[in-house]
Amino acid sequence: MTHLLEVKDLSVTFRSDGAVIRAVNGISYTMDEGESIAIVGESGSGKSVGVLAVMGLIPTPPGRIESGAVLFDGRNLLELSEEEMRKVRGAEIAMVFQDPMTSLNPVLPIGLQLTEAIQTHQNVSKAAAQARAVEMLHLVGLPNAAERIRDFPFQFSGGQRQRIMIAMALTCNPRLLIADEPTTALDVTIQAQIVELTRELQSKLGMAIIWISHNLGLVAGVVERVIVMYSGFIVEEAPVDDLYERPLHPYTLGLLHAIPHVDARNQERLASIEGLPPDLRRPISGCPFAPRCPYRITQCDTLPPLVEAGPGRRSACWRWEELQGVTIFGEPL
Amino acid sequence: MSTPAETNALVQVRDLKVHFPIRKGLLRRQVGAVRAVDGVSFDIFKGETLGLVGESGCGKSTTGLAILRLLNMTSGQVTFDGQDISAFPESRMRAMRRHMMMIFQDPYSSLNPRMTVNSIIVEPLNVFQIGTPAERAERVRELMELVGLNPAFVNRYPHEFSGGQRQRIGIARALATNPSFIVGDEPISALDVSIQAQVVNLLSDLKRKLGLTYLFIAHDLSMVRYISDRVAVMYLGRVVELSNRNTVFDHPAHPYTRALLSAVPIANPKRERVRQRIILEGDVPSPANPPSGCRFHPRCAFATAECSTVDPPLRNLATSGAESHWVACHYAERFIQEEVSAPDTIA
Ligand SMILES: Nc1ncnc2c1ncn2[C@@H]1O[C@H](COP(=O)(O)OP(=O)(O)O)[C@@H](O)[C@H]1O
Ligand SMILES: Nc1ncnc2c1ncn2[C@@H]1O[C@H](COP(=O)(O)OP(=O)(O)O)[C@@H](O)[C@H]1O
Ligand code: SF4
Ligand SMILES: [Mg+2]
Ligand SMILES: [Mg+2]
Repeated sequence: MTHLLEVKDLSVTFRSDGAVIRAVNGISYTMDEGESIAIVGESGSGKSVGVLAVMGLIPTPPGRIESGAVLFDGRNLLELSEEEMRKVRGAEIAMVFQDPMTSLNPVLPIGLQLTEAIQTHQNVSKAAAQARAVEMLHLVGLPNAAERIRDFPFQFSGGQRQRIMIAMALTCNPRLLIADEPTTALDVTIQAQIVELTRELQSKLGMAIIWISHNLGLVAGVVERVIVMYSGFIVEEAPVDDLYERPLHPYTLGLLHAIPHVDARNQERLASIEGLPPDLRRPISGCPFAPRCPYRITQCDTLPPLVEAGPGRRSACWRWEELQGVTIFGEPL
Repeated sequence: MSTPAETNALVQVRDLKVHFPIRKGLLRRQVGAVRAVDGVSFDIFKGETLGLVGESGCGKSTTGLAILRLLNMTSGQVTFDGQDISAFPESRMRAMRRHMMMIFQDPYSSLNPRMTVNSIIVEPLNVFQIGTPAERAERVRELMELVGLNPAFVNRYPHEFSGGQRQRIGIARALATNPSFIVGDEPISALDVSIQAQVVNLLSDLKRKLGLTYLFIAHDLSMVRYISDRVAVMYLGRVVELSNRNTVFDHPAHPYTRALLSAVPIANPKRERVRQRIILEGDVPSPANPPSGCRFHPRCAFATAECSTVDPPLRNLATSGAESHWVACHYAERFIQEEVSAPDTIA
């Protein structure tokens, strides 16, 4: 069976100031029609670059796809012309970004922007496109949609703008929606609204979703499967329940313990992962997490491959089997 | 309005108001006011951390800035260490400032990119003329060590450091004059999760070591629970709930607090799936034109006719002897009985 999306051995670099930044290092994953997955990791771990490559949106130069394939419905998107890729974007794969203002035109009313987006991909009359625009804005819960289509982006709150972006992304019924930290700049209350909306839309419309976040807490209730990235590598992948219950990579374990719990009554000191992520301008030879890892051994000087670690799971840690009983980050194996 | 008066307070805030004028037209006539802070009262006890939470635009930063008198208050009173500083002329205020410092949210823009770490940290010592040049240099070394920075990097520039390290530079600078009170305005919001924990732990250690008192402003409620002794919840220029942290988190009595807590995601998929959530509709209204009655009533699921007309005072629900629990809701007694949104609690 072909997957909806299959990313194979994808590597992306950037050249800046004479240095090569290894932003994404040979990542591979698949997802099926209607599935929802999350890609998590701290900033700079390659989450955005990884999906921008899928969208054909890596600026070249300074960027360069060093290797790999992105199969969408079996077709390698990396081999398409810009013209063909434009048809895929919006119609088959759509993306919502953290800052809606980067994708909305500040000097055009939102209705016009939506109508244009609809007419680019669908052969419909202006009136039909307008009706569809209002319908989409209703769908994403924008109050008084019919009146507000004449308003400009700055007249909306951050949460409303994000709803408009989602409406824009969904106008052409994409099969895959990529949401790149769409709630990071919003208050928790508004974040909860957007999460709820996305869930509803997915069950109504059935598209597949890649939800990108730096917050492991946020995605817990949102997706079925989680991919964890660290310094451009996928270090772990697991069904959502398994990941939170039994992380099989020290980085995931550390991240889970560094998250404060709002319902933790006797809070103690937060576990913290000491140190910093590696400098991506320097080649990484061993395990990228090794300098911060309490479980590091000599073997970790060699890059651990991402291997199967139980049903539906993968881990890129030499010691994943030993990690199975560990519940506290740093506790001896 | 009744005021939460308690003993042993380092900072006392009474009916603080900060209104920003809205001007229009050629003559810049005042046509209204943004009531950013509109009658706020609380105490910050010596040695405690008071967490201040609420959605953005609720007036948290303005409160912090006004307490430090980095911003003019419209009315009200702020007492620091027993002295009413609200009426201090700037000359007297200058001498006070070394005792009260601020840490800002954005470690990228709050540090001057053209100054070295040394000149950033030493600046307050120069301003307040503390120590000889040699003593100041020694103090900078000491401060860098205290916040976990390598003193060898003293001549580097901010851009050579990561976000978490820059926040440490900001903390070192704030501590230079040995202040007793620190306002942290979302000091960890811009940092990655793994780095947030490092900075929060550092702040806790420093508090213990140096006997500091914090006002910790944040929108991340989970972190506030870790760091605070007591928590104040703000909505549209007012404090709507104030108590010790476990009361606020486990027995919140204001519908706004309950909604805020319920919006916080829990890093546990199984619990997250069964959790009953209160989803707040809409956005925070404009403080230029706050709703009548209870300011929260247009977004409150429990609002009655009374709520839209009568402004509920902040009142203490605790029976005598028990720790105080201040709430500004007509029906607070009813809500306090109910359990919180989370179906179970981590012991
Ligand atoms: N246009 C670009 N030019 C140079 N470097 C870039 C560019 N875009 C991304 N990078 C680098 O690639 C790395 C991964 O970035 P990104 O995918 O945006 O991380 P994330 O989304 O996980 O925060 C970072 O080190 C970043 O600096
Ligand atoms: N200098 C100013 N002039 C006018 N309005 C301001 C000013 N500073 C803040 N405000 C307004 O006051 C309100 C409270 O702001 P702020 O204290 O920054 O809230 P918070 O820190 O809780 O996000 C907001 O509506 C904001 O737009
Ligand atoms: S491979 Fe080694 S260094 Fe890397 S995460 Fe596993 S134990 Fe730690
Ligand atoms: Mg990103
Ligand atoms: Mg603020």
